Amino acid sequence: MSTLGILDLGYGNTDSIRLAFARLGVEADLVSDVASIEGSERLVLPGVGAAGYAMQQLRDRALVEPLRRRTRPTLGICLGMQLMFEASDEGDTECLALVGGRVRAMASAPGAPVPHMGWSKLEVLSDQLGITDGDYAYFAHGFACDDGPATAAATGYGGKRIPAALRQGPLWGAQFHPERSSTAGAAFLRAFLQS
Amino acid sequence: MPAARIIPCLDVADGRVVKGVRFRDHRDVGDIVDHALRYRDEGADELVFYDITASADGRTVDTGWIRQVSAVIDVPFSVAGGIGDVETARRCLSAGADKISVNSPALSRPDLIAELAEAFGRQCVVLGIDSSRGLDGTLTVKQFTGRPEATQLTGRSTLDWAAQATALGAGEIVLNCMDRDGVRGGYDLEQLSSLVGTVDVPVIISGGAGSMANFAAAFRAGASGALAASVFHDQRIAIPALKDFLQSEGIEVRR
Repeated sequence: MSTLGILDLGYGNTDSIRLAFARLGVEADLVSDVASIEGSERLVLPGVGAAGYAMQQLRDRALVEPLRRRTRPTLGICLGMQLMFEASDEGDTECLALVGGRVRAMASAPGAPVPHMGWSKLEVLSDQLGITDGDYAYFAHGFACDDGPATAAATGYGGKRIPAALRQGPLWGAQFHPERSSTAGAAFLRAFLQS
Repeated sequence: MPAARIIPCLDVADGRVVKGVRFRDHRDVGDIVDHALRYRDEGADELVFYDITASADGRTVDTGWIRQVSAVIDVPFSVAGGIGDVETARRCLSAGADKISVNSPALSRPDLIAELAEAFGRQCVVLGIDSSRGLDGTLTVKQFTGRPEATQLTGRSTLDWAAQATALGAGEIVLNCMDRDGVRGGYDLEQLSSLVGTVDVPVIISGGAGSMANFAAAFRAGASGALAASVFHDQRIAIPALKDFLQSEGIEVRR
């Protein structure tokens, strides 16, 4: 019986995330069908790519409703977190609508080019994330989620506050890449495993 | 703002880290995983692996070493060299690379950039530009710089190419100032500033790092990251000391 599943849509950084958990001593299964998603105690939605393509993959595999029904811990990483929102500016895509709000294209500002690439300092608003205020995390994104009650950590970019992590019931999200965020990223993944 | 990124670049041939004149007489200097871990432990914010065999021989990139690096490294890394189509890029990203960097193939066929951005998102697509300053001060792009005998002047303006490429979907630019490469006389700040003022994506400066002050100057001129090879490989500059220095200069670094 698998306890950790990583949704594998056949592209992206699925393997990097699997290896990040392996470094914590936890073997994950790559899952892509309804039964194994429902059988995963904890599930990760990875994300590299475009929102429209990813949602199409989920619809083609009939995974939208199983994901919406899930009551056990689910972690969305980068695009995976964005897919939890209602809709995304990226391709004007309807998403999973597990979290209120929209994903919007970031606007570049002087000194704040888009995509937001690199290590930004976190403001941590929850004590359940395994990370602490002032930790750095690695970001690589050109779209950002609406700030709201689910925001559990934030960062600043171009004078704006950007949700960096999300908590809402069994849902976890990271706009940053925990698998590439050194010790802070590992601590965040460990906290998810202990949730 | 994000912390200033310090980015060591490693040349890879046949799954090993090599050093030397590119494509000639390169000397095996060790295991890729050992080097990657060493730089990670020293505090490198990102790593770039340049597969010189793939681009020189027209071979496809070997993903075996990419997987090995991905297994041990918890900071981002990109792969450059030999990536000229979406399928090769997909293999590199699936093997664990966080970004792929394209250069000559994008000059030959600019639509490659749009195809990559559409498939993977622009945050995965880095454009490398080998730029050279003419006697009259104009900045132009060189192609096929991996092999001296194959290098061509494209006649394209560096700034025009950068603008076109970012419009097509490049999410980051590595500006390699050819005239400074390997000289350790400092980055070309004027060229860097021109590019930063032209594009609204992050710019990584490359070519010419010789001192810690060179790095500080590049970040003040708007670089998001500074890439260097020889000063790190030869241990002329240690990354922890560099970060101490940058911090003392008021530049934000990741600790």
